[in-house]
Amino acid sequence: MTIIDETELQAHFDQTMARERRIEPRDWVPDKYRATVLRQIAQHAHSEIIGMQPEGNWITRAPSLRRKAILLAKVQDEAGHGMYLYSAAETLGTDRAELTEKLITGRQKYSSIFNYPTLSYADVGVIGWLVDGAAICNQVPLCRSSYGPYARAMVRICKEESFHQRQGYELLMTMMRGTAAQRDMVQDATNRFWWPSLMMFGPPDADSPNTGQSMKWGIKRHTNDELRQRFVDMTVPQADKLGVTLPDPALNWNQERGSYDFGAVDWDEFKAVVAGNGPCNTQRVARRKAAHDDGAWVREAALAHAAKAGGTA
Amino acid sequence: MSEVTVRSEWPLFEVFLRGKRGLNHVHVGSLHAADPQMALHHARDLYTRRNEGVSIWVVAASDITASSPDEKDPFFAPSGDKVYRHPTFYQIPDDVPHM
Repeated sequence: MTIIDETELQAHFDQTMARERRIEPRDWVPDKYRATVLRQIAQHAHSEIIGMQPEGNWITRAPSLRRKAILLAKVQDEAGHGMYLYSAAETLGTDRAELTEKLITGRQKYSSIFNYPTLSYADVGVIGWLVDGAAICNQVPLCRSSYGPYARAMVRICKEESFHQRQGYELLMTMMRGTAAQRDMVQDATNRFWWPSLMMFGPPDADSPNTGQSMKWGIKRHTNDELRQRFVDMTVPQADKLGVTLPDPALNWNQERGSYDFGAVDWDEFKAVVAGNGPCNTQRVARRKAAHDDGAWVREAALAHAAKAGGTA
Repeated sequence: MSEVTVRSEWPLFEVFLRGKRGLNHVHVGSLHAADPQMALHHARDLYTRRNEGVSIWVVAASDITASSPDEKDPFFAPSGDKVYRHPTFYQIPDDVPHM
């Protein structure tokens, strides 16, 4: 085995980046690239897994068999997305058990949006419309991530997210055609989820010091503020069509910019939720940990069975 | 890996799908399972929720032997300098038909 100079490896990596080629598992990459991509994929994976909880909360209380089947399929998709992403993360040299452990011990984060409670059934619709809508905005550019396994997982995920957003919007349209109480539920859910949805894009560009490096590495394609603006511009006409009011008096069409102006996001709230002080942080992680602990005997029994049958790898 | 802990892990399997008859199986990702049969079931649940496959292969990741991923690898050099293996290497006059 020859010892290759690290500057040569770095030069090859730089050339791959300059040519917009993909990085594949086992390619040499700078430690910082590996750590950053791994953190990004892990956080995304954890978000999908924790994201099952707020909506899963309504499966037993969905108002019809049709809605229940849809919600079950959606929550199954979230699990699936988490699995695609853990699979991608493992190609970077970590393993799934380690990722799960880091999630349930709070050493890796997930999206702050899932620390808000789902108080009414309309929340299921608003999560599909706004939260999955914001996720799509964030995720479509990641189909071109420089890290191949992540980009490929994102292609699958984005295809499936479209169902998520559409079922949510259709649910809300149905409720808006219903009683005044149902319309109020939709408005209330919109009021509660609008600002947290805008926070999903992360801190403003001025407070996002790693954005430049991540864009150079092709693991981020647009800045947080660009994506946030794109989401607002997409969503305002959808809200109008639905007949709900977005809870921001400063929301206004700016002819000059060709975009909507909108009010200031409460970044103190964002920081508090990320730091662990959102309404549901403790309960979300505790639930995940309980599921993991309660499943231990199943994992062990399956292994014992495989060993007995002689089929284990 | 940063820390060594003794855990009983389900091994990793790589998953290959045939999207429809007439196509090759293509690698789509991986999953963990206690044995190959369970890996097949998990692969069905995870990778074919929307009719993406008509046939699934699962292979224990530890059973795969792979070449080095680096494209500059001399492993592929033997084909790099054999331009005469390509039809475009040969000059044929334009007026020769069906060539």
